[in-house]
Amino acid sequence: MVKGAESCVPLSEVATSNTHGEDSPYFAGWKAYDEDPYDAASNPAGVIQMGLAENQVSFDLLEKYLDQHPEASGWGCGISGFRENALFQDYHGLQAFRQEMATFMEQIREGRAKFDPERIVLTAGATAANELLTFILADPGDCLLIPTPYYPGFDRDLRWRTGVRIIPVHCSSSNGFQVTLQALEDAYVKAEGMKIRVRGLLLTNPSNPLGTATTGHVLEEVLDFVTQKDIHLISDEIYSGSVFSSDEFVSVAEIVEARGYKDCDRVHIVYSLSKDLGLPGFRVGAIYSYNDRVVTAARRMSSFTLVSSQTQRMLASMLADREFTETYLKTNRERLKKRHDFITEGLKNAGIECLPGNAGLFCWMNLAPLLEEPTKEGELRLWSLIVHEAKLNISPGSSCHCSEAGWFRVCFANMSQQTLEVALRRIKDFTENMKAKQEK
Amino acid sequence: MFEWSRDWPINGHRSESTLPNCSFYFFFFFSARCSLFRYVPEMTGHMRIYGGEHPNQQILSRIATNDGHGENSSYFDGWKAYENDPFHLTGNPKGVIQMGLAENQLSLDLIQDWLKKNPQASICTGEGVSEFEAIANFQDYHGLPTFRKVLISTRNAELQLLVLTVQAIAQFMEKVRGGRARFDPDRIVMSGGATGAQETIAFCLADPGEAFLIPTPYYPGFDRDFRWRTGVQLLPIHCHSSNKFKITQAALETAYRKARNSHVRVKGILVTNPSNPLGTTMDRETLRTLVSFVNEKRMHLVCDEIFSGTVFDKPRYVSVSEVIEDDPYCDRDLIHIAYSLSKDLGVPGFRVGVIYSYNDAVVSCARKMSSFGLVSTQTQHLLASMLGDEEFTTSFLATSRTRLCRRRRVFTEGLKRVGIHCLDGNAGLFCWMDLRPLLKEATVEAELRLWRVIINDVKLNISPGSSFHCSEPGWFRVCFANMDDTAMQIALSRIKKFVYRENDAAVQAKNKRRWDDALRLSLPRRFEDPTIMTPHLMSPHSPLVQAAT
Repeated sequence: MVKGAESCVPLSEVATSNTHGEDSPYFAGWKAYDEDPYDAASNPAGVIQMGLAENQVSFDLLEKYLDQHPEASGWGCGISGFRENALFQDYHGLQAFRQEMATFMEQIREGRAKFDPERIVLTAGATAANELLTFILADPGDCLLIPTPYYPGFDRDLRWRTGVRIIPVHCSSSNGFQVTLQALEDAYVKAEGMKIRVRGLLLTNPSNPLGTATTGHVLEEVLDFVTQKDIHLISDEIYSGSVFSSDEFVSVAEIVEARGYKDCDRVHIVYSLSKDLGLPGFRVGAIYSYNDRVVTAARRMSSFTLVSSQTQRMLASMLADREFTETYLKTNRERLKKRHDFITEGLKNAGIECLPGNAGLFCWMNLAPLLEEPTKEGELRLWSLIVHEAKLNISPGSSCHCSEAGWFRVCFANMSQQTLEVALRRIKDFTENMKAKQEK
Repeated sequence: MFEWSRDWPINGHRSESTLPNCSFYFFFFFSARCSLFRYVPEMTGHMRIYGGEHPNQQILSRIATNDGHGENSSYFDGWKAYENDPFHLTGNPKGVIQMGLAENQLSLDLIQDWLKKNPQASICTGEGVSEFEAIANFQDYHGLPTFRKVLISTRNAELQLLVLTVQAIAQFMEKVRGGRARFDPDRIVMSGGATGAQETIAFCLADPGEAFLIPTPYYPGFDRDFRWRTGVQLLPIHCHSSNKFKITQAALETAYRKARNSHVRVKGILVTNPSNPLGTTMDRETLRTLVSFVNEKRMHLVCDEIFSGTVFDKPRYVSVSEVIEDDPYCDRDLIHIAYSLSKDLGVPGFRVGVIYSYNDAVVSCARKMSSFGLVSTQTQHLLASMLGDEEFTTSFLATSRTRLCRRRRVFTEGLKRVGIHCLDGNAGLFCWMDLRPLLKEATVEAELRLWRVIINDVKLNISPGSSFHCSEPGWFRVCFANMDDTAMQIALSRIKKFVYRENDAAVQAKNKRRWDDALRLSLPRRFEDPTIMTPHLMSPHSPLVQAAT
């Protein structure tokens, strides 16, 4: 057999593009951490990971639950349910689990909205849910509008394999980065000017990276806007259970219900257990759509990304324990608030302002005063110093497409209290050094 | 029923997701070739379901509204018949027996036993709460992080677990191939089932509009997995019963040339080995031909080896991984394997798909794409434990193969007794059954008519060959590993009754026509069963005549 021409057979455009987004500093910081990870005992000078929005403040509650309910993770003492569970690959998902997800989502919103389990489509994580919705709602070349700053992962999740584009809706610090009607209009007009068809608006509420819950007023405006433009609204409510005071969260579901479900065919909600329950590894995402055709299409498409039946079974059991879920949600919120207050206090001591936040696993920190120049390059230079000198992996606002330089996202829930203290000390030392240099 | 808009393309198709009625469907898609469903990307223009009188109508994407999901195939129609009237031995003994689902249910008891003996893999004590403490903190000799650590799921614990899981899977894949090929765990990327694996591979290797060649008959799910969201085409390499459906050099060349003449860029070939629906393994010669072909034409070769652990008879299994190990001229960058635990272990619910590529860039790209369908860490933990137990996997594979072999033999012998022949097979969870003698005419329509009779009257959901794009009408795939022995016997007896009825009907029809002296009047010696020995004439289409000649 003679070897063919030397040229290698090309892969697809998708494979060779860099729309996967992993060249972004968001991921570069992770690499720095992976190469030199902090450990209190074995590597106290290592990089502290503050770029990963994970929730580890309440895992003891999960452990306690498992201690008391070993049957939840198995298949029952006789393992009689194993066979049925192992064979279950129906894309409708386990009825019991969908039921519990619906109820859990209602609990988070304290009964202010109802969720029909038949409208829930399960996916292996919110990453898949967002991509799936994009495939369903938009064609290649179309776009979604997204308020900035936004989660860097969207550049991959929504664009990479779908061929759909993102047009940013620029928000500014002048009003706490809230979405305005003007900003929405501007983005829409921009898209029209570029001859790109707008298919929808994606809102993350509570916001990542801002750590703020969207107000009811803004949600009403957003809903009016998408209705007027006849486009879809995707509300990513993955952090809905992480709002420190539960009454400060308004879900788009509440607005839809208040409007008597009028014109709600365009509204779709994304959820996941990765943040609220701190179970990212279990890959549990969900799409909730008020649109029957979207539900049907999403269900079919979820074949590519079903949730393990073993995991569905376990979580159905866990979520059915109302006492557990009530306690968990309440305790989790308290701990997150405490953590949030601790870090914002610590940052204030270091002379750093944060955007006032009331949700999420991170704060939105303003380091603009430390910039040599108020540009993206200036920001990235500062960021590089923070990663390599202060040994903290935080996420630069430019990777979140923030239109103002100098903002950074800092995660506070993915580490122990002790580690957070170490991190705050380092920040303080770093800012003091920087200020001293600036004064020279 | 359906509302048409003015801009509905002449050759478009429905975008409602409800069940079609066949004639409606054929109205749009009927063609000389009459493939039951065809995905033609250029047909899906911009569509509105409703006309202008619904100003706020939400329009979905082309992908969401076309037929790429594949559910309009007859492959699934039979499933629907089953779902409406499912067989149950005591509750619904006259219901439809599901023989269209290629599941391996014969050896789940072995896994159950292992789970009972290894509660730490899933924290089921079976004994009581008090043991839980010890179990939850138990760290077994593989260095597997405890389930507790998995639950907390820090990124580090996740990565650590992933490493152990892929090691266990690589080991298992080697064992399935009897150690005749090595698998590097670093080349393994996990995905949401084989469905997710195939789609990911397609996304990595081809652009919209480009094509992969695929030998017929093939698993209908590929039409969705490989094409739906990717926009990639699948073009058939026609195989025929005359040589037991083997892929020939000539067939490859023909398919390739046809694509080239239509100005379609061919990026690769997709094969399934062992084959679904044939139930046969590919011989070394054919694999070498394929490897040669892709090297010469500079295209990829994707081998779906999802049934590799179900080879229960000679000839022994040859994987593409084995063939390239002793081929220094093969460009390994062209070779990719898709795998899953769904068939070999019988755990489709756990969604464990595997992409194994010899191409670094593909591994890297697939890994990034795996974010869209990672395997639950809870499940990874279970698998890493179980597949890491070599004693268990060795005995499991041996027992599973024995049971599959026995089951197939019982089934095919039962069919033989009523004169139905299956393609000789040594693998898989199904037989490729030849019902051509029962067709009034060698057409797809006749095949579907027969199929509807089998579903509605005989009450068996089997899958018609046309849904597998088979170029010869009359073949059906029948699954045998998703039921117990009793259900199997009931299925066989229904088939028997059906064949006799068909014979009687054929005989009666014949009696109305002139006698044909060329017809054989005597029964072949083999069939001693008194119920078959009838003095009536047999139709030349009778399976008994076919079997004897």
